Amino acid sequence: MKPFTYERADSPAAAAAAVARTPGAKFIAGGTNILDLMKLQIETPTHLVDVNRLALDRIEDIPGGGVRIGALVRNTALAADRRIRKHYGVLSRAIVAGASGQLRNKATTAGNLLQRTRCPYFYDTAQPCNKRAPGSGCAAIGGISRQLAVIGASDHCIATYPGDMAVAMRVLDATVETVSPDGGTRAIPIADFHLLPGDTPQKENALRPGELITAVTLPAPLGGRHFYQKVRDRASYAFALVSVAAVIHPDGSGRVALGGVAPKPWRVDAADAAMKHGSRAVAEPLLAGARPAGDNAFKLPLAERTLALVMSEAKAA
Amino acid sequence: MKFDAPAGANPIDKLRVVGRPTDRIDGPRKTTGTAPYAYERHDVVPNQAYGYVVGAGIAKGRLTRLDVSAAKSAPGVLAVVSTLDMDRLPLSKMNTASLFGGAEIQHYHQAIALVVAETFEQARGAAFLLHPEYQATPGRFDLQAHEDAPLVGGSSGEGSGGPKLDRVGDFDMAFAQASVKLDQRYTTPDESHAMMEPHATIAAWDGDRLTIWTSNQMIAWNKRDLAKTLGMSPDKLRVDSPFIGGGFGGKLFVRADSVLAALGARAAGRPVKVALTRPLIFNNTTHRPATMQRIRLGAGRDGRLVAIAHESLSGDLPDGKPETAVAQTKLLYAGANRLISMRLATLDLPEGNAMRAPGEAPGLMALEMAMDEMAEALDMDPVRFRILNDTQTDPEKPGRPFSQRQLVECLRTGAARFGWDRRKPRPGTVRDGRWLVGMGVSAGFRNNLLQPSGARVRLDKRGTVTVETDMTDIGTGSYTIIAQTAAEMMGVELDQVVVRLGDSDFPASAGSGGQWGANNSTSGVYAACVKLRDAVARAGGLDPDRAEFSGGRVAAGGRSIRLADAALHGDLVGDDRIEYGSLAKQYQQSTFAAHFVEAAVDGFTGEVRLRRMLAVCAAGRILNPKTARSQVIGAMTMGAGGALMEELAVDKRRGFFVNHDLAGYEVPVHADIPHQDVVFLPEADPVSSPMKAKGVGELGLCGVAAAIANAVYNATGVRVRDYPVTLDKHLQRLPELA
Ligand SMILES: Cc1cc2nc3c(=O)[nH]c(=O)nc-3n(C[C@H](O)[C@H](O)[C@H](O)COP(=O)(O)OP(=O)(O)OC[C@H]3O[C@@H](n4cnc5c(N)ncnc54)[C@H](O)[C@@H]3O)c2cc1C
Ligand code: SF4
Repeated sequence: MKPFTYERADSPAAAAAAVARTPGAKFIAGGTNILDLMKLQIETPTHLVDVNRLALDRIEDIPGGGVRIGALVRNTALAADRRIRKHYGVLSRAIVAGASGQLRNKATTAGNLLQRTRCPYFYDTAQPCNKRAPGSGCAAIGGISRQLAVIGASDHCIATYPGDMAVAMRVLDATVETVSPDGGTRAIPIADFHLLPGDTPQKENALRPGELITAVTLPAPLGGRHFYQKVRDRASYAFALVSVAAVIHPDGSGRVALGGVAPKPWRVDAADAAMKHGSRAVAEPLLAGARPAGDNAFKLPLAERTLALVMSEAKAA
Repeated sequence: MKFDAPAGANPIDKLRVVGRPTDRIDGPRKTTGTAPYAYERHDVVPNQAYGYVVGAGIAKGRLTRLDVSAAKSAPGVLAVVSTLDMDRLPLSKMNTASLFGGAEIQHYHQAIALVVAETFEQARGAAFLLHPEYQATPGRFDLQAHEDAPLVGGSSGEGSGGPKLDRVGDFDMAFAQASVKLDQRYTTPDESHAMMEPHATIAAWDGDRLTIWTSNQMIAWNKRDLAKTLGMSPDKLRVDSPFIGGGFGGKLFVRADSVLAALGARAAGRPVKVALTRPLIFNNTTHRPATMQRIRLGAGRDGRLVAIAHESLSGDLPDGKPETAVAQTKLLYAGANRLISMRLATLDLPEGNAMRAPGEAPGLMALEMAMDEMAEALDMDPVRFRILNDTQTDPEKPGRPFSQRQLVECLRTGAARFGWDRRKPRPGTVRDGRWLVGMGVSAGFRNNLLQPSGARVRLDKRGTVTVETDMTDIGTGSYTIIAQTAAEMMGVELDQVVVRLGDSDFPASAGSGGQWGANNSTSGVYAACVKLRDAVARAGGLDPDRAEFSGGRVAAGGRSIRLADAALHGDLVGDDRIEYGSLAKQYQQSTFAAHFVEAAVDGFTGEVRLRRMLAVCAAGRILNPKTARSQVIGAMTMGAGGALMEELAVDKRRGFFVNHDLAGYEVPVHADIPHQDVVFLPEADPVSSPMKAKGVGELGLCGVAAAIANAVYNATGVRVRDYPVTLDKHLQRLPELA
């Protein structure tokens, strides 16, 4: 950990301005990801702007349907919220499938969206890694890749986005709301929020310097049955090998997104359109163009089988 | 006390305190956070500074440059100790890789520097300023590329061993002629101890005398080996390790934390504390080496084994030793024609060394899966097949009996309790919704090791009995069973006994390793108590041969006095150690178990989830059924890890274990562990020791993984012979869900 300075912001715009003002500054929310990375000097902010007191911790109904989730709503609170459980079950299920009770008590909605990859080489500063040290190379390519991406990756980086919550938000078509250092606001569709690595794997999302997430909004409830199926080697407290977030209607139509397979929550329109035709029909467009890295080719049949599981549960209901 | 004839009746047989399920006497200290663990011993010496260990970022080669200037002038930094400052430190008996000194890098994360600062954060921050430069040289990292490695015999140093090649009868001929045969290959991965408490030490010099407060399983080894590494006389070194947050063999030996704490304290001129950070533990310390094993079994149609061959390959650094995965196969089953061999490849991965049940744990993962496959080939129930091939004598030396061997009883008892008769022999046929369900069994086997062990027992005028020995409690319950032993021997209640452990100023004990701790350390206490009883009787003017100790009193010839009164004029002390004669040569001493597992496999995703586990153990007298049960359920949990998830992932290009944290190296969590049951069969083994006990801590692990893998096979019909049995290995071969 490098020495850093610290301040507590008292309004969203002031927080954004504070980060924009200080080179190397970052926000800190629950701290469950950034502090770990700072200890290993994977992140070396010079200044931390604490956003925990910004009063962005409410879940509000949006007139005309939908909810606005404050950026600082803790994962535990979000998963337990009655509206979320009732109308957006996929989101509740995804959250409780992640991390541990203690971590979810601390983790925030914005911080969770921005959690960084779990590629093991990213965590070892003696190893080349384009995401951590741009231009140094990628140790994972040709190395241990069982956890890593099968689709959407590049020759510069094959890391996955490791989270669960965002996969559910992707299937729900959430929108990320932000405020910029100049006070301007933006609404970024979740589909555009996380970026593919291309030749800049260090650039993971659409946020601009200093831009602060203030909320995530969910559109009006979709109905249907909600599923989040997370597959992993141990029963709890492990990142997904593959996860499936799905909303399925009684007629078999619906939507689906995958976690654990790509640098971002993975959703493809053509796959949604095929939902009535079974897991094979969905998996084909969803994973078209996949390029497994070696140890992780099993994720392709696993994704299809997990889809089949979810679809069979939907039928059984 | 020399133990050279089977034990007769003795005061332990009363079983007034010993043998009863007893809460840990150190439990309240642990649950209130007042049990002192090495890194938090703030009170033992003032002015402690913090050391941060830096590990090499290459697997093999030389460190060509380490720029200490920036680190030295960083805020709060007191000293930087560089491996380039000194020649390679002497290698102690138990270490294979150098712990520090010199430019040569032998393995990834070998320590290259220690930064000492006022705070941990300052030390860690400055460590990133060293910018090491290396000249890397190619290394050997792939065990599979060394199948023709030379035959090498050896011992685990922790209780199992074997010659490089051992033949009994004529294996080749018997195998060729056998009516039913199996010839299969199995692999087990590198595994990490992953104990909760990291290696940690506080070191303080007083002139040329050094004290280390550390976390170590073997105090006497530690004292000897650290003195050698530091080039000092052991007389000037004190080692203190009263509480240990798990070791599993990872803390049997001196590691970089002690060496560097001592060097750092010398350089900084004040006490220094060092803990290995979690990412360092996997590559800087030792691990259980991967194995590639080949097993051939030949049997007649009646199911009797006529030929058994077990060959194992493992790797280690130059001058290292083999993982003795064939050891149990010398003793577990009957069969006239046998072949055992071990090969050792030279690899440049971190040092392989003992981990809980070294040898037997990976050996049984293979052997007991092979036995399952063979039973199926014979169309015979796997419990019956094992019972049929039981032997009551050493199969290599038929004149040498087992002192006790209740493997058959373990299997029968377990089968009855588990409801084994409900198992469907045809795999892949039991469904519970989308889950494929199966049952598996395995035998468990671990040798019983005898080691000399000393203790000093003191009686004072308040009637308190204080036991002192350098024995360690690595979470196993040593404090409690030692107190039970002393209470039983002296006829007092448990709360009148004080136990002090882990200090090298106390008499040297067997230490905690090879599941020998409980039996040997309590036998040492027994011996010291025999001396103390004698002293007490004499002080009270009683006939020592007739003295009876009970209710805090000693009585003989119609006269009785309070123990406290015997010590009125000064403490009475018994100081002795147990030593063993040749009984271990005349009798094979081993412990046995049968493990039963029910597992379910998700028919869609292939995820394996355990449902029930049962261990039936026969392991001599169980000194404390409560702490023994804890040992076994912990071991079963470790077996679940070995079966289903634990694997150090080797980067074969870069030569290191990539998943070097607890997110990447998965061990079981609560949700993985279902209902666990443990049964101890009544047994007392007079050949083992005056306590008539053996060990259970490693037995509980031996065979578990195979029972799980066999249950998974029974569920799916897909045999996975490469551990761990992860879903990717059977996913596409699972039976169709109707
Ligand atoms: C052991 C462990 C296991 C885990 N397992 C899982 C799992 O299974 N599934 C899963 O999904 N997750 C898992 N996680 C990740 C966990 O969900 C994240 O650490 C957590 O959600 C991060 O939230 P936080 O508020 O603590 O973020 P922080 O650590 O505070 O911040 C993370 C990042 O977000 C930035 N940031 C925070 N708030 C804002 C804001 N309002 N606007 C802009 N930027 C912001 C910070 O600058 C930082 O870069 C695990 C974490 C750990 C430590
Ligand atoms: S996959 Fe990405 S994160 Fe992992 S080493 Fe390569 S560049 Fe770094």
